[in-house]
Amino acid sequence: MGFALALEQDGVPTIPVSTHVFARLAKATSLAAGMPTARNVFVPQPVVGRTASELRAYIEGTDPVLKQPFMKGVIEGLTQPLNEEDLKGATFERSTPRLLEPDTEENLRQLFIENHWTDYLPIILPTEERVEQMLKGTSVPGDKVVGRLRPTAFREFWQFDVEKVAVNAVMAGARPEYLPVILACAATGISARSSSTTSWATISVVNGPIRKEIGMNDGIGALGPYNLANSTIGRAYGLLSQNLQGGSVPGDTYMGSLGSNWAYTACFAEAEERSPWSPFHVDQGFKPTDSTVSVFFGGWYTQSGFGPRETWKDKFIRCLIGTDHYSPPLIVMDPIVARAFVDLGFTKQSLREWCAENAMMPAKNYWDDQWVTTLVRPLAIAGVEPFATRLKAAPDELISVFTPETINIVVTGGETQGAFKMISGRLIGHGPGTADQNNPVSLIDIWR
Amino acid sequence: MAEKIRVHDPRGYPPKVVGKRLANRPQSLDGKVLYLVDCLFDNADVFMEQLRLWFAEHMPKVETRIIRPRESWVDDPEMRAKVVADGDAAIIGVGL
Repeated sequence: MGFALALEQDGVPTIPVSTHVFARLAKATSLAAGMPTARNVFVPQPVVGRTASELRAYIEGTDPVLKQPFMKGVIEGLTQPLNEEDLKGATFERSTPRLLEPDTEENLRQLFIENHWTDYLPIILPTEERVEQMLKGTSVPGDKVVGRLRPTAFREFWQFDVEKVAVNAVMAGARPEYLPVILACAATGISARSSSTTSWATISVVNGPIRKEIGMNDGIGALGPYNLANSTIGRAYGLLSQNLQGGSVPGDTYMGSLGSNWAYTACFAEAEERSPWSPFHVDQGFKPTDSTVSVFFGGWYTQSGFGPRETWKDKFIRCLIGTDHYSPPLIVMDPIVARAFVDLGFTKQSLREWCAENAMMPAKNYWDDQWVTTLVRPLAIAGVEPFATRLKAAPDELISVFTPETINIVVTGGETQGAFKMISGRLIGHGPGTADQNNPVSLIDIWR
Repeated sequence: MAEKIRVHDPRGYPPKVVGKRLANRPQSLDGKVLYLVDCLFDNADVFMEQLRLWFAEHMPKVETRIIRPRESWVDDPEMRAKVVADGDAAIIGVGL
């Protein structure tokens, strides 16, 4: 869609072909680009997995949205003379007011639901008094611009300031002392509400002194609903993402087929004091006294297990190759597990290297994946390593599917069990579902 | 009657939308260069090949050229420049 609109601007008549489920999104994208009459044609969903003859039938068949022969729409879209609206496009302001018109609490709650401004769990209405109270959690002025967000790379950025983040923090039920962490999440520019068809979420890990200052849970049930800070910070990040980026509405600004339960809330603290290894943020170059939040983009899969038991290597390998390898794992382990790995002679880095060296699968399995085909294969063809080497492998040849630097390890949990999880979570770099993540570890202290 | 309260709008600030015109259309595609841009989504290459075959059979006077960006969903200025320089029209697919 972005290509098509760019080519139109460059003077080339262009028509994008989309599957019919993207019809509303195509219209909204054209409108936001100032070209509401941009031509679009549609074929039935899906295209993935269809044979050449089935796709030919799409081409010779009926456009399911325009209700006319598909090729008629294509030819007419590229050759019909332009009318006045085509020539001028659409220029307009889209202001959002600071305050809504006064109304009853019941009506306002209904308004928030109807406008898709909630996650459909009850919210705290952001009254002027509550937002003012929330803003006491930071010394940064309310009108300071925090950053920009968008649901995907081809949509336009929306901007937001500290007060707008505070509004969403109130809605999530957060306390003022959590606001610096929430601001740091927002400042990464990574949306917790990606519109990708693959149902992404974000997992936020908090390190440093602020964990204890605001009472975050890194003990029993650290990843679960057992702590106000963990729960509301993660929820606030989701709410602010959808509201500050211009929405997360199914069929319009959200296209995740299954959705993700990680998207309700996913934020926890590392158990730095009980980990045998250095804190995660220190590995990323921060001081132990810094407070940071690290945003992992993923939530697509979760593998779980115990260990390391006698056959832990087999278990780890099964888990690692059972992942979808375009989204590398964030390995979250209880301190019991981390200490047991130390007893086996592992450092955090050597364990990451072991995982990368031993997570191998036949090349044909690696390449037979929708996202690997779509996103990784072009890089391999262009000669980008390690993908190019993987592409050269024979179909049954075992290839490594991860590099050590893409696998991350965080220690948390209550030591009631030697449990670990491998959660889909890309920390840094280019990947599906969002723009490049060049700033996924965000300093909280500048927002205090 | 229930008391009325005033609350903040939770949305961010959208950019101003500036209208842009569509490109001029040719009267016909005959004798023109039509780029078929394979956006690299899974199976888009098969779709574009079928589209190429359709034009070869039904509108043989149209010269179709299949072209691909370097990466999926990432702008490729070089590819775009080539389409602008050599093409009269383009079809992009499949997906968004």
